[in-house]
Amino acid sequence: MTETLLTIDKLTKAYPGVVANDSVSFEIKQGEVHALLGENGAGKSTLVKMIYGLVKPDSGVMTMNGAPFTPAEPRAARASGVAMVFQHFSLFDALDVAENIALGMENPPPMRDLAERIRSVSEEYGLPLDPYRTVGDLSAGERQRVEIIRCLLQDPKLLIMDEPTSVLTPQEVDILFETLRKLTAEGVAILYISHKLEEIRTLCDAATVLRLGKNVGTCIPAETSARDMAELMVGTELQTPKSAGADLGEVVLDISGLSMPSPSEFGTALKNLHMRLRAGEVLGIGGVAGNGQDEMLLALSGEVRVDTNALKMNGKAIGNLAPNARRALGLLTAPEERLGHAAAPDMSLTENALLSGNVRRGLSERGFLKWGKTRAFAEEIIEKFDVRTPGPDNAARSLSGGNLQKFVIGREVLQAPEVLVVNQPTWGVDALAAASIRQAILDLAAGGTAVIVISQDLDELMEVADNFAALNEGRLTEKRPTKGLSIDEIGLMMGGAHGMEAAHADA
Amino acid sequence: MLTLEKRPQPSKAFAYLTPLIAILATMFFGGLLFMALGKNPFESIRTIFWDPLFGEFAFYYRPQLFVKGGPLILIAIGLSLGFKAGIWNIGAEGQYIVGAICGAGAGLAFYPMEAWYIFPIMIIAGALGGWAWAMIPALLKVKFQTNEILVSLMLVYVADQLLASMSLGLLKNPEGQGFPGSRNLKDYPSAFNDEIITGTGMHWGVAAAFIAVIFAYVLLNRHMLGFSIRLTGEAPRAAKFSSVNPNRIILFCLGMSGALAGLAGMFEVSGPSGQVSIDFASGYGFTAIIVAFLGRLHPVGIFFAGLLLALTYIGGEMAQGNLGLPSAAIQLFQGMLLFFLLAVDLLTNYRIKLSRKEAV
Repeated sequence: MTETLLTIDKLTKAYPGVVANDSVSFEIKQGEVHALLGENGAGKSTLVKMIYGLVKPDSGVMTMNGAPFTPAEPRAARASGVAMVFQHFSLFDALDVAENIALGMENPPPMRDLAERIRSVSEEYGLPLDPYRTVGDLSAGERQRVEIIRCLLQDPKLLIMDEPTSVLTPQEVDILFETLRKLTAEGVAILYISHKLEEIRTLCDAATVLRLGKNVGTCIPAETSARDMAELMVGTELQTPKSAGADLGEVVLDISGLSMPSPSEFGTALKNLHMRLRAGEVLGIGGVAGNGQDEMLLALSGEVRVDTNALKMNGKAIGNLAPNARRALGLLTAPEERLGHAAAPDMSLTENALLSGNVRRGLSERGFLKWGKTRAFAEEIIEKFDVRTPGPDNAARSLSGGNLQKFVIGREVLQAPEVLVVNQPTWGVDALAAASIRQAILDLAAGGTAVIVISQDLDELMEVADNFAALNEGRLTEKRPTKGLSIDEIGLMMGGAHGMEAAHADA
Repeated sequence: MLTLEKRPQPSKAFAYLTPLIAILATMFFGGLLFMALGKNPFESIRTIFWDPLFGEFAFYYRPQLFVKGGPLILIAIGLSLGFKAGIWNIGAEGQYIVGAICGAGAGLAFYPMEAWYIFPIMIIAGALGGWAWAMIPALLKVKFQTNEILVSLMLVYVADQLLASMSLGLLKNPEGQGFPGSRNLKDYPSAFNDEIITGTGMHWGVAAAFIAVIFAYVLLNRHMLGFSIRLTGEAPRAAKFSSVNPNRIILFCLGMSGALAGLAGMFEVSGPSGQVSIDFASGYGFTAIIVAFLGRLHPVGIFFAGLLLALTYIGGEMAQGNLGLPSAAIQLFQGMLLFFLLAVDLLTNYRIKLSRKEAV
């Protein structure tokens, strides 16, 4: 158990203008779950890409089982026993499980043998999976299984997992952890990338923390508090957002019987949603990705029209109104995808301020644009939300994810909404920016705005939301007060293990 | 190994430089092409680019610049609106033909009456004709999600047949001794699109092109509709989020480009060409696509690009006459211009990087 599998010594990789990894060293032992912690841009991905042979280090050496390890390409890394489960699945929806797995193999065996092997491996590790099912029909958790089994078929010595639980319910996470423990018992080492600290504390034996490309510390997660680890990651003390705890007012948004067919082929239909939102309330909506979150935002923003009476704002039916008509009434939204949906990548920040701010900020008159006023609005967002950019003439795509997110949220917040709907407000955003965005949401609510926060980050929802509801296969649960809600209850609201429980019945 | 790296910001310098680089590359490779055809490359290039402006017969050719450039600019301005929104009207040639037929038809309906209002009616008829022809792909796209590229392109061939049928039938000159083609509008003062100032080539169509340039500039830079058009092309989902109705943009852009192409056809048939005839179509509608891109889809850029392409038309004709270059070589030359432009265009958003072999 204690033998060293992979030693990383002074690995350095620089890209033009940024040192992604600055002489990073650590060791991974056999049979250990080693966490790699760090904010976005801390250099986790670059490091992992070097181990997986996707990127060549500028200097430094890696040693595997005592021999030098210099994978020139992923194939070489795989041959040495390194396997990786990516955060974004690379699966073809239209093919079945076995076909997808065969596509990733050097010399795929005949389909029938492969299906047999998939079955036996999946049962051995408690990941039941039918090799002949079409991937398009699988849940996110099951798709991840396909990726994991694809890796296990290579008999890996080191399994790299990039944010594996972001698509799972708490119950599904438990099943995954069972599997991982089984693997480590057989001596497989796991390099586990995540920013969910509680998870790391339960699962991992050791943790390496990266900040700005440097290894800033190694710790034993079970013995370190989540707060200490977070501060190690960020490098400063973290301010926990505080809610002023305003009294809830009248019902402002009334969703009653909202149904909507899926706007895209592999999307989710919304089925008969009911929810009442009061002024000053922060409602958190959880759920595993792909259970109707994006669709719910489209229905609320007005990008997809719904039944007129399914949505009422202050008693007025608005289901058939276009986004700008809803904005005029005070219903604002911020979609999840920053580039391409919430903002136009190649347009300047000034133009992006106009994108949703035209109606409420009066940025045009009889169709003619007031560029001066629009620019001033963009500058106001940049200043009040601490958006790091040389100025409003810069293209949206030149901003980092966190800064653009601050801009997108700031743009809506500064329009003084009566109801604000945000989808994944802190996805891919560094901890400091995330904290400031959450604080802005809470301040808004304290001022009497009703806010719906759709997020897959349960910790975030627990932190900001007064009430919690979950989306599961396009259905919305009743809302319940966040206080006193246990993780188990939340998991059940999110749909439990989606029928995956049976896996460890005999484990 | 050469790799391409995306720039964080589109390069302003390259946005302006690419047309120049493309023109130089076209001259160079065009020269090679002419050399391969056994002509002196320097003389050929000079004949195309220099002689029409400063040669012996420049007094004749310079006005031609406006005569040829006017319709190109007018059509390209319309096309650029759609191209900015990601709506690809490839059938401007057809809309140009139908606009000419409608405009000429409206004028000839009054023959031989003389009145001041005949010409304005022809203008309206020409614009409506082009608009209606463009509405076919527009409505099909809105209602049935058909591909506007294919539909508008195929309608060019339909318009060609319509043109032939009109010149041989309905609009045929009754006093034309059986020759195909309509009456010559040059002989019908009320319908004749004469030069505004004699000897300059400035006819009403050129004036309309100037107005279109200004109109498009204001629309794109100062008006919400123009912003919506640009947004639709840059990020369709962001446009929807911003409350843009994509169908309205499709109808507006295709309708507008059709109307402008129709206008161009009407001004051409009532002026420089003079009559509806089987060989009326001269490819302006297709060349305008090059003009639109060469001008960076920017109204002012299109203005200059239109004049440049007009120059290659005139110079090309001179080269055919004086040097015996085949007309296909001239078309190839124009095509090369678009090819190099699109290729060099990449440098606006990407930079070329020399790198050691490494997968990223």
